Amino acid sequence: MSMSMDRLFNSIIFPGLKETIVMHLVSCAACFVIGLVFAILLVTTDSRGLRPNKIVYGIVSTIINVLRSVPFLILIIAIIPLTRAVCGTVIGTNAAIFGITIAASPMVARLLESSFKEVNPALIEAARSFGANDFQITYYIIIKEAVPSAVTNMTMAVVNVLGYTAMAGVVGAGGLGAVALTYGYQNFDDLVMYSTVVVLIIMVQIIQWVGNKIYEKVK
Amino acid sequence: MIEIKDLYKQFGNTPVLQGINIEIKDGDIYGLVGVSGAGKSTLLRCINGLLPFEKGSLKVDGVNIQTLNGKKLREFRSTIGMIFQQFSLLERMNVLDNVCLPMRCLKYDKKKMLEKAMENLELVGLADRTKALPRELSGGQKQRVAIARAMALEPRILLCDEATSALDPNITQSILELLKKINRESNITIVVVTHQMEVVKNVCSKMSILSQGKLTISGEVKDIFLNHPESLAELLGQSVEFPKKEGKVYVEILKSAQGKDGENVISEMALAVKVPFDIVWGGMDKYRDDIAGNLVVEFEESDWEAVKKFLETKNADWRLV
Repeated sequence: MSMSMDRLFNSIIFPGLKETIVMHLVSCAACFVIGLVFAILLVTTDSRGLRPNKIVYGIVSTIINVLRSVPFLILIIAIIPLTRAVCGTVIGTNAAIFGITIAASPMVARLLESSFKEVNPALIEAARSFGANDFQITYYIIIKEAVPSAVTNMTMAVVNVLGYTAMAGVVGAGGLGAVALTYGYQNFDDLVMYSTVVVLIIMVQIIQWVGNKIYEKVK
Repeated sequence: MIEIKDLYKQFGNTPVLQGINIEIKDGDIYGLVGVSGAGKSTLLRCINGLLPFEKGSLKVDGVNIQTLNGKKLREFRSTIGMIFQQFSLLERMNVLDNVCLPMRCLKYDKKKMLEKAMENLELVGLADRTKALPRELSGGQKQRVAIARAMALEPRILLCDEATSALDPNITQSILELLKKINRESNITIVVVTHQMEVVKNVCSKMSILSQGKLTISGEVKDIFLNHPESLAELLGQSVEFPKKEGKVYVEILKSAQGKDGENVISEMALAVKVPFDIVWGGMDKYRDDIAGNLVVEFEESDWEAVKKFLETKNADWRLV
């Protein structure tokens, strides 16, 4: 079965792309905020951090490890009751954003944590030597000096989240994933399938290009 | 004044500082020297409370720093500047922002902050590089920026942790001149941690030598170099011994450019005692405010009494070696 290019793009690919972009942007923003908070918590309470706290570090680290241990598709199905409780539904863009955020935030937290840990400890010592407090050290030294590394890691995370948005199509999220699954896989329409793949490839290329440009600007 | 009394510090079960006693007077440039692992950088970090210690007391201007914590400790640290071997500048901030950072942390008024930063950059000779990033500067320039940053909060004390160890000799010299200028103009106390003997000779008036966490000797720099060379053997990595012959006496005569008026010990000895001698070893060094050194003179054993009598009459600085 085939269809005209006009119908393919205007009725199938573009609406799917629009949903994917919305899911992707909102999920990325939510993942970044949550991941940043958890990453700061991890580096601060680490044994070599500004406020070492084994209990807090252990709890946060365990939650992240548990969430990262479960493959995305299984996790998004496993948290269906939670998704329903929070979003009132388990299908559609909002439900998918919730699931993607739960699944991808721990990854973002670990990536940002590794960026923060790359900051030269001598800079932290220098800041302490002139009387900076923990908040100032975290903001001026740990976060600001980690920006180039964080940009590289976040580019990777944004690409991964795009993959999650496509996978979420399997559980009723809509977007390009649903297009590929419904039209491409279930209807055996190779044109739709490969058009979706090409659009996703182009999106990844754009994300990587933008990430590289930002890195060059901030390094 | 910095008063360190019977200070003990350990990392885990490893003792790092063992019973350190040092007194550093206001306005001094004081050297803490020792080989790697001697504990000198640890001691420096105890002075501004970056590292706690287990036993003893450390007072700065009468304030026992062990009684400080939280905000009071941070306020105390802001009165002590510190510079480091690897400069510790923020790579993503330009020179001006790096110098402003301590003042920003202490919430200085923006106008006052910029004025002070520019004043300090003028002092270190980098007022024209405000927009440069640290990676665009040479090692010496980076250390100058670090000094401008350390001086931003107008500290009473400046701690220098191997501040010239990563620099070549010419740049080292210019940084040392800058430190001397700051000391002279601001009467700021400077504590210099180094393993470079030339640095100590050039800028410090007093010094302490640490070895395996213990203080081996403290005193005037010139006195230690000229009268206690054995205490420097570990640092210099060489013996000060020289080959001695049977039947000879060896006398070390100390000389200083600022010595007694009309003191020409060697030439007067040659004229007065009229015995053959040979200069077998010696050297002169530049110290902070003096040029001084020693000469080792070799005599026949039979001539020694006459020479000794002359040296005692002359009231010269000498010792048998």
